[in-house]
Amino acid sequence: MSTPISSFLIVSALLFSIGTIGVLVRKNALVIFMSVELQLNAVNLSLVAFSRLHGNLNGQVLAFFSMVVAAAEVVVGLAIIVTVYRRRQSASVDDFTVLRG
Amino acid sequence: MPLDNVVFWVFAPISIASAIGMLLMRNAIHAALFLVVNFFCLAVFYLILDAPFLFAVQIIVYAGAIMVLFLFVIMLLGVDRDESLLERLRGQRVIGVTLGVGIAIELIVAIRAGIGFATKGAETFDTVANKGGNAVALSRVLFRQYFFPFEVTSVLLIVASIAVMVLASQKRRAITRADAAAAAAAAEREAA
Repeated sequence: MSTPISSFLIVSALLFSIGTIGVLVRKNALVIFMSVELQLNAVNLSLVAFSRLHGNLNGQVLAFFSMVVAAAEVVVGLAIIVTVYRRRQSASVDDFTVLRG
Repeated sequence: MPLDNVVFWVFAPISIASAIGMLLMRNAIHAALFLVVNFFCLAVFYLILDAPFLFAVQIIVYAGAIMVLFLFVIMLLGVDRDESLLERLRGQRVIGVTLGVGIAIELIVAIRAGIGFATKGAETFDTVANKGGNAVALSRVLFRQYFFPFEVTSVLLIVASIAVMVLASQKRRAITRADAAAAAAAAEREAA
């Protein structure tokens, strides 16, 4: 492998910032959730890159765990979005002004 | 130019461009499809980084399961309307983009200060860390060193599935307008 590890880390940093901008700027709750997924994936990439840098598999195991947690998180998050949509008939975060049902 | 370098420089622009595409698309389905492209690019990066098991898991779990779930919910909710461009908080978009660019610059400076731009990975990764193949080596680490966290994730998955069942089984309100109309008609018949 001749690609420097830092190139992967820079791609990961850029993807993480794009995900941050998505969370801050977008209004659709589903798209905000997708941006969070993008951030999780960016961090996974940096974990695998660091695993390659240090020559052991701890980073890959951590990335594996974070995928499992992300799967659980997506399932619960989408269920919450569906529940909120049933109440308010909208998926825009501008319409979620009170937590009360 | 070595092959992995070529693959990296083909897929890095695609992954950044698809992430920006996800950010700019006003339609949720288009954003989801751009995100699938991005996940495939990340899977290719895992392959370059000598992690073929995570490559397979990335495609099966993320591009396969999670994105299908996302698209399913988008279809279920019928959120095919475009997002409104009206800003409820003034200057939110400008401040958000500024903060995002700031984080990017800060992270790149941190990478430069931390490992520098030229550091390469360990040469003996395939023979030392990936001894006997990536899946075998990964399972050796996972089931010896990280056995307890592995069991905890199974508890987490059970808790998540129970939580979804609780959230999904609320029957107090009508789900669609057709349900609401049917319920109203039934109530009227009862009153008459």
